[in-house]
Amino acid sequence: MPLDAPATEAGVRTLSYAEAIREALAQAMEADPRVFLFGEDVGVYGGAFGVSGDLFHRFGADRVIDTPISELGLAGAAVGAALTGMRPVLEIQFSDFATLAMEQIVNQAAKIRFMFGGKATVPMVVRLPAGSGTGAAAQHSQSLEAWFAHVPGLKVVQPSTPHDAKGLLLAAIDDPNPVLVFEHKLLYRTKGPVPIEPYREPIGKAVVRRPGRDVTVVATSIMALRAAAAAETLAQEGIDAEIVDLRSLRPIDTDTIVASVAKTKRLIVVYEGVKTMGIGAEIAARVAEHPVMRTLAAPIVRLGGADSPIPYNPVLEKAAVPQEADIAAAVRSLVQEGAR
Amino acid sequence: MPNDLSSAVSQRPALAALDDATLASALRRMHLIRRFEEVAEQSYMRGLVHGTMHLSIGQEASAVGAILHLARDDYILSTHRGHGHCIAKGADVARMLAEFFGKETGYCRGRGGSMHIADLDTGNLGANGIVAGGLPIAVGVGMSIKAQKLPRVCMVFFGDGAANEGAFHESLNMASIWALPIVFLCENNQYGMSMDVAKAMAVANVADRAPAYAMPGVTVDGNDLPAVAAAAAEAIGRARSGDGPTLLECKTYRLRGHSKSDRNLYRTKDEIDGWRARDPIARLETELVEHGRLDAGRIAAIRADAEREIGAALEFAKSSPAPDPDQLTRDVYAA
Ligand SMILES: Cc1ncc(C[n+]2csc(CCOP(=O)(O)OP(=O)(O)O)c2C)c(N)n1
Ligand SMILES: [Mg+2]
Repeated sequence: MPLDAPATEAGVRTLSYAEAIREALAQAMEADPRVFLFGEDVGVYGGAFGVSGDLFHRFGADRVIDTPISELGLAGAAVGAALTGMRPVLEIQFSDFATLAMEQIVNQAAKIRFMFGGKATVPMVVRLPAGSGTGAAAQHSQSLEAWFAHVPGLKVVQPSTPHDAKGLLLAAIDDPNPVLVFEHKLLYRTKGPVPIEPYREPIGKAVVRRPGRDVTVVATSIMALRAAAAAETLAQEGIDAEIVDLRSLRPIDTDTIVASVAKTKRLIVVYEGVKTMGIGAEIAARVAEHPVMRTLAAPIVRLGGADSPIPYNPVLEKAAVPQEADIAAAVRSLVQEGAR
Repeated sequence: MPNDLSSAVSQRPALAALDDATLASALRRMHLIRRFEEVAEQSYMRGLVHGTMHLSIGQEASAVGAILHLARDDYILSTHRGHGHCIAKGADVARMLAEFFGKETGYCRGRGGSMHIADLDTGNLGANGIVAGGLPIAVGVGMSIKAQKLPRVCMVFFGDGAANEGAFHESLNMASIWALPIVFLCENNQYGMSMDVAKAMAVANVADRAPAYAMPGVTVDGNDLPAVAAAAAEAIGRARSGDGPTLLECKTYRLRGHSKSDRNLYRTKDEIDGWRARDPIARLETELVEHGRLDAGRIAAIRADAEREIGAALEFAKSSPAPDPDQLTRDVYAA
């Protein structure tokens, strides 16, 4: 649906995730002359995944800036611009390429405020298309968000719906800290209701997508959708799963997770990044450190990416990250184990 | 004894371009840097400060000369060897030394230390512990200046070693294609830690790389304050008038080791002595006296004044309160 499609009730339209991001960028640039978008092929090409689309024609070459293929330099440019009064939004073409920009993101952006004793702010946003499922193989399919969530000074969000893609990006642009927005490539074409007015979703707040009694499934990004779909299947079997979409890795919303687990007494964490040393370990540990741990009816389960690079072959690729059936199976066995 | 008239005639243009007040203030800053670092070094030896530090003793002309014609609201980005840049840009040496001592009154409230001193009020966007870390940031500062149509420039310092990082190449290229108001100021002190620049680089001068980015590349004697100031003035002028970046290389030498753990195994005493004879402070003073620009009495007063100021700074640093551990995470995020 095009952006200028007539608004339905209360100004809410159906937009794709990509369109929602583009609308957020456009509204931010309209509202604030300090905001600009830059990155590889974001201009006339419209972005490698079509996210920037027509923004180049609407805002011109000074605000939608095509850059050389220089990820380290670009991340540093975002830092320098942010440090001196601008609100840069950098698109890293594939999140995998953030590995070339680690220095500036981790050593500079994250630490400048702290190192300078609180005197500076670095209000920059990095958008990172991430995830597998596109047949792009090992160097174009990773989910590296946990790496960044390990770094104090950064904020890391993972919207799973068009609504959150817009609301979290606008919040990220407003935020006085460096915020990394991991966008899942398979979500770009998914559709959902998006208010036409600018709005912000709070960074650091998880959301309960589906209330349930029997088990808490904390999921990130596209896994929240897969978990919700699995929950419908499970409901027919009499298993009532609560789906918590984490949305924000740093800060992390421990309260929402604990409140849900206190109710369901079972926890499974589902994420696409490699399971080992990943997000699931952090969430499991937070619950284990909390008194709610004593009330659990079953061990905590992590369902994450395989200890393997993302393979090219589509069957292998699917096998490398949790799918809807894997989630359903894991929940089923967790609930049954608890009942035993 | 030169009389005023004849000396004025014989002065080289780079020196004649600087008035007495400017020269006096430049010399004062060079002495402040030298004394600051001597005191820092002594404090370290006496166990009053921990960590490490990188001294720029011997490189004062490049720091002060490069910054001499920058305005207060022009930006600089500095390096791990950055005390000189910081002082040249106008920082308060007492707050610098307090930072060195890890005190709450320091520029970074004791969170940064020697390698991360920043003074946003004087346009100093900070030193950097990462070799070449400032170069990409300068690109963004340049974009910011241009977008806001400010009459400012950004000068980014880096070493010969930094010129072999990918960040150098990415940054010079972007600055050039977008004609950003940046002066890339390389302090080529012949070594990256122990690595001889001649072994680390296939070209003779860092500035030889400028044609690859279609920007002017200039190499000057970095121990010659008037020469550095003149070359920097031209580069600053070019940046300010919208004609884009310059790569300016100051050939200089650090008389001290790389850091406190350096045993000078990679260079000879003869080499160090040779450069000591080209000490930028002594050299400037000799020339100023020779041409009757500042007399020996005035120079002695400048030096004494710098020593006094550093002495007071040391007292301030020593007597300042330490940070409160309860405040550890206070500035990780902006509210
Ligand atoms: C990315 C990175 N690599 C290595 C180091 C360790 N290191 C600190 S300073 C330095 C030498 C830098 O040489 P140069 O750029 O010439 O500056 P100089 O020390 O001579 O002033 C090295 C290797 C570092 N801090 N950062
Ligand atoms: Mg060097």
